[in-house]
Amino acid sequence: MTDAASNTGEQLMIELRDMNKWYGEFHVLKNINLKVKKGERIVICGPSGSGKSTMIRCINRLEEHQRGDILVNGVPLTHDIKNIETIRKDVGMVFQHFNLFPHLTVLENCVLAPIWVKKIPRKEAEATAMKYLERVKIPEQAKKYPGQLSGGQQQRVAIARSLCMNPDVMLFDEPTSALDPEMIKEVLDVMIELAREGMTMLCVTHEMGFAKTVADRVIFMADGQIVEENEPHEFFNNPQHERTKLFLSQIIDH
Amino acid sequence: MKYELQPTLPPPANTIGVIGWMRKHLFNGPLNSIATLVLAWLAFTLLTPVIDWAFFSANWAGTTREDCTSGGACWVFVGQRIDQFLYGFYPREETWRLNLSFFLMLALILWLAIPKIPAKGIAAVLTLVVFPVVAFFLLTGGVFGLEAVDTHQWGGLSLTLVLAVVGMVASLPLGVLLALGRRSEMPIVKSLSVVYIEIWRGVPLITVLFMASVMLPLFFPEGMSFDKLLRALIGITLFQTAYMAEVVRGGLQAIPKGQYEAADSLGLGYWQKMIMIILPQALKMMIPGVVNTFIALFKDTSLVLIIGLFDLLAIVQAATNDPKWIGYATEGYVFVALVFWIFCFSMSRYSQYLEKRLQTGHGNRA
Repeated sequence: MTDAASNTGEQLMIELRDMNKWYGEFHVLKNINLKVKKGERIVICGPSGSGKSTMIRCINRLEEHQRGDILVNGVPLTHDIKNIETIRKDVGMVFQHFNLFPHLTVLENCVLAPIWVKKIPRKEAEATAMKYLERVKIPEQAKKYPGQLSGGQQQRVAIARSLCMNPDVMLFDEPTSALDPEMIKEVLDVMIELAREGMTMLCVTHEMGFAKTVADRVIFMADGQIVEENEPHEFFNNPQHERTKLFLSQIIDH
Repeated sequence: MKYELQPTLPPPANTIGVIGWMRKHLFNGPLNSIATLVLAWLAFTLLTPVIDWAFFSANWAGTTREDCTSGGACWVFVGQRIDQFLYGFYPREETWRLNLSFFLMLALILWLAIPKIPAKGIAAVLTLVVFPVVAFFLLTGGVFGLEAVDTHQWGGLSLTLVLAVVGMVASLPLGVLLALGRRSEMPIVKSLSVVYIEIWRGVPLITVLFMASVMLPLFFPEGMSFDKLLRALIGITLFQTAYMAEVVRGGLQAIPKGQYEAADSLGLGYWQKMIMIILPQALKMMIPGVVNTFIALFKDTSLVLIIGLFDLLAIVQAATNDPKWIGYATEGYVFVALVFWIFCFSMSRYSQYLEKRLQTGHGNRA
């Protein structure tokens, strides 16, 4: 394992220690060890079925791990509902299929959790929501319903919705995979800007350009394990493992 | 070649208007033309005598069976007994209380149903919290100087409405809870819900009513007796709740997993997630199923006649056995059918309207 985060003194945001997960009999995640410092931007890639989505979904307990430890901001993720709630408040998540609430307007999507989970007064929550909608460049859509927006716009709303909770970490689960090609850039631009502002990010994506631009580290997963991790330049130009080389040759061939 | 803007022409005359519509829908091809003519002839020969019986040769005025001489329907019978059909054996000088309750309910329903009238929140609270209390005291009396009316004096359409409205208002929220229970991750809650639903769905309503009126008292301590109407209400509600739960479960299952995950990832608690995210979407999809259950419930209320409650059907049936009106059962049953049909058809139309309105309200779903 890398020692990139082992030099203490810097605040650890996320720590996975020998984390294992099974789906029934199937061992999906095997002895995952990962440390993420505050402000670090990490891109996770790998073939489909390698467990990368499952791994980040374990971090906010959308999936339950069966062995090992997960610590977010020092809080251990256990069956304790209090801890789960604390962690979910601090961790934002953006999904492949946006998962906006279709019966609520864009603005209502953004203020719902701040008002009900963080108990922020509506006025203040709406002001914050408008600030983030401006940052993702769609304040004019605030009164519309998600169904009236394009895929790229919906995904930007989803990012704004997560940011409204003022999270310490953002998890992105293939945020551009369900988008039409001409809409990928508008979403990536928002993510790049977010990265530049120092947000701690874990991003499962196949956008290698994004990885090269913003990632501090690229993690390659296969068969439920972390095969290799490195800073992007080394990762792409000098992959160590055969499995990584094969994967990179396959995605670059296109 | 020179380009010229072509003039806009009207479509050929035989493709539009009434003639065009008839050509397209009734007479497109020999087979359809024959079918149209045969069905039109059938409808004419079957319906003419019915319409003639019910309207043109019918007897409308009079006070006794001697006034029914024309051979058509004897509506005099219904007219003479209408008070009883509507109010049962409720004391005649107190029927204003039934009327007032009915019109209060009607006003509240219209308030809720017509989109232009504001303050739906107040209307909902009035309908679900205030109205039941007011109606309860109005109907049973015994307070505020109102004469107490025992429930065995209730009957007719007003009893049918009490059974139906209480059944509907109680079974929907209970059904929602039961459906959530069935989808719960807590094994005990889940199994209890499944057992409840499967038991009540597997038993005919008649049996439930018999049990409610005969068996239920056995489970209560000696001397503690329950009103027969209350027992019927409990029986109907418990029964309909199981059906409602399955309708709600269908709606819940139609909500994509991503909605639950998004709500979870934002830190919403279970009830927040259900009340604000999942149920509003699920209820919209459940409207046809819920209304279907309501309509079935409304009609099933007539089964209470077997435990000796005189709902609309039972009281009309009793009246047809009156020697003074022997031979006019048809008129009675047609009247009952018409009343049931008016209520059920209204519910059906409103649900269609509601579905359409909620559909456009949220834009198309991506």
